Amino acid sequence: MAELTYREAVARGIAQEMERDPSVFFIGEDVAAAGGVFKTTEGLLDRFGPDRVRDTPISEQAIIGAAMGAAMNGLRPIAELMFSDFFAVCWDMVANQIAKARYMTNGQVALPIVIRTANGGGARFGAQHSQSVETWMMAIPGLKVVVPSTPLDMIGLLAAAVRDPDPVVVVEPKVLYASKGDVPDGEIVDELGVARAVREGGDVTICVLGAMVPKALEAAGRLADDGIDAEVLDVRSLVPLDVRAIADSVERTGHLVTVEENPRLCGWGAEIASIVADEKFYALDGPIVRVTTPHLPLPSADVLEDAAIPSVDRIVEGTRRSLG
Amino acid sequence: MSDTDTAEGTEVADLEARLSIYRMMQEGRLFEERARDLFLQGLVKGTSHLGIGQEAIAAGFAAALEPDDLVFCTYRGHVHTLLRGAPMAALMAELLGRATGICGGKGGSMHLTDVSHGAMGSYAIVGAHMPIAAGAAWAAKARGTDQVAVCFFGDGTTNIGTFHEALNLAAVWALPVVFVCENNLYMEYTAIGDVTAVEHPAADRASAYGLEPILIDGNDADVVHTTAVRTVARARSGDGPSLVEAVTYRHGGHSRADPGKYRPDEEVAEWLRRDPIPSYRERLLAAGADEGTLDAIDRDALAAVDRATEEAREAPFPDPDTLETELWADGGSAWRN
Repeated sequence: MAELTYREAVARGIAQEMERDPSVFFIGEDVAAAGGVFKTTEGLLDRFGPDRVRDTPISEQAIIGAAMGAAMNGLRPIAELMFSDFFAVCWDMVANQIAKARYMTNGQVALPIVIRTANGGGARFGAQHSQSVETWMMAIPGLKVVVPSTPLDMIGLLAAAVRDPDPVVVVEPKVLYASKGDVPDGEIVDELGVARAVREGGDVTICVLGAMVPKALEAAGRLADDGIDAEVLDVRSLVPLDVRAIADSVERTGHLVTVEENPRLCGWGAEIASIVADEKFYALDGPIVRVTTPHLPLPSADVLEDAAIPSVDRIVEGTRRSLG
Repeated sequence: MSDTDTAEGTEVADLEARLSIYRMMQEGRLFEERARDLFLQGLVKGTSHLGIGQEAIAAGFAAALEPDDLVFCTYRGHVHTLLRGAPMAALMAELLGRATGICGGKGGSMHLTDVSHGAMGSYAIVGAHMPIAAGAAWAAKARGTDQVAVCFFGDGTTNIGTFHEALNLAAVWALPVVFVCENNLYMEYTAIGDVTAVEHPAADRASAYGLEPILIDGNDADVVHTTAVRTVARARSGDGPSLVEAVTYRHGGHSRADPGKYRPDEEVAEWLRRDPIPSYRERLLAAGADEGTLDAIDRDALAAVDRATEEAREAPFPDPDTLETELWADGGSAWRN
């Protein structure tokens, strides 16, 4: 057992998979010699050499396109997009090419690709380096999407993503890179499509993801002081989505809150709210409440960004509202 | 085109190989003419982009490739896919939306793919396949497979970002890939010269990536073939990518919807005179080919197209149950439990 930071967990996860499988290669901007702009990939170049850990030019279309072509010809590439906002730069590769190739060719093309990316706000980077784009990916058939919220999940979900035969986007909340957690020794492999209750409770289900997980836990602690026993469900995987875990929890609690860092419209919580309203309507004893960032670009100033991203206070308030 | 290479002074392939190139061009031509007829009869839906007039490029390269090599082409990719060895009836069935189509009816005219023959896809977003081809070449190099990737694209692609990103990456990583610009003088409805800062849209950009400018007559199958042999050998030997600009002309419009009226009549007439197939036939006759042999190739090609058409037209439509298959590697499309 060791205590690792989330950023150290990224490197450990990649190393674990590269060690295991010689067809795993890793590319991205500043990932090799510099060890990543977030220092998430330090040591990989020394350990695996420049053929398998490779710096690219600032060419997001070429990075993601090359990963696709390499996957079509026998590699299992991991590609890093430095900031998730850059998906907008290479969206054709992601949404039109990678997501559709298998279906369009009726299964002729297998694409075991992992795209890792630093996502979300809280770092005062302004509107073009702070977005929560996991819902973009979720909206495109053919992409799997996971969001690890702890160092242990980072390793386990990355390993699951690398071993998955389909394209998986691993979304890393950049404000969590310095966070710490205990990680057992030895190989760690998790499973895509499995949510996890990080706090059990019987009064209300709070569905949460990524950087909002620690905030929801803090909110649940505060609610407990008032006698409200919240279940905090870390959704972890948007595609595949663990609807069963969500529905089972709502069945027990009768109340649902989603906490989303993404802007309001078409957030992942809206999909969950829709499913629960459809399939668990009669289990609900109150309104479904979504706590989100307003439908705005993220501002840079501390005060403004903090006002935008869901806070512990807003989660507490939203949860109370769901209880009627 | 005084500034392009010609067959004169070029060492050409032996007669047998050239007869094979002739056969490939003729099969491609007759296949696409049939596809056009089926469109006009309303049997093929959607759109199609025919390469009638451009066959020398696909054929000249096809003849230079090994079975394991990987070809990436565009939505104007019927002929490239066919000439890699994809079964003609399955291609025709795909155009007709049949269950026996090469993509089970999920691809259509713009997405013909036959991975088992190294036809790695027809890409319908301009330029997308350039970095993808580079990536396949990267994997070939990383795995030491000796494969070469060949990426065909149009002149319009030279003005999109992926062209430049892919060429730079391929050059800096010395990847075994040959990029082949089929410059048919029109990006879609607009003359490429009207929207491009240089005269030769691909060749004039080669030096930006440290590559030799290669500008050839894309209607001369011998020139294309010798260029293909040279550039593919360079890639296979580890010397890195090449960028070829092959000048050609499509006899028709950009797509099914386009009669191509923006082109001057004299220009069209001139290029019809330079049709790559009749001129190649004349050249083979002059080189000693037997007229009967060439006639037999023509007959056999037509018979093959007739058979493929008949087989495709008799094939069933896809089972609606296949709608939700093959999104994921497990064969299904589930996004939730």
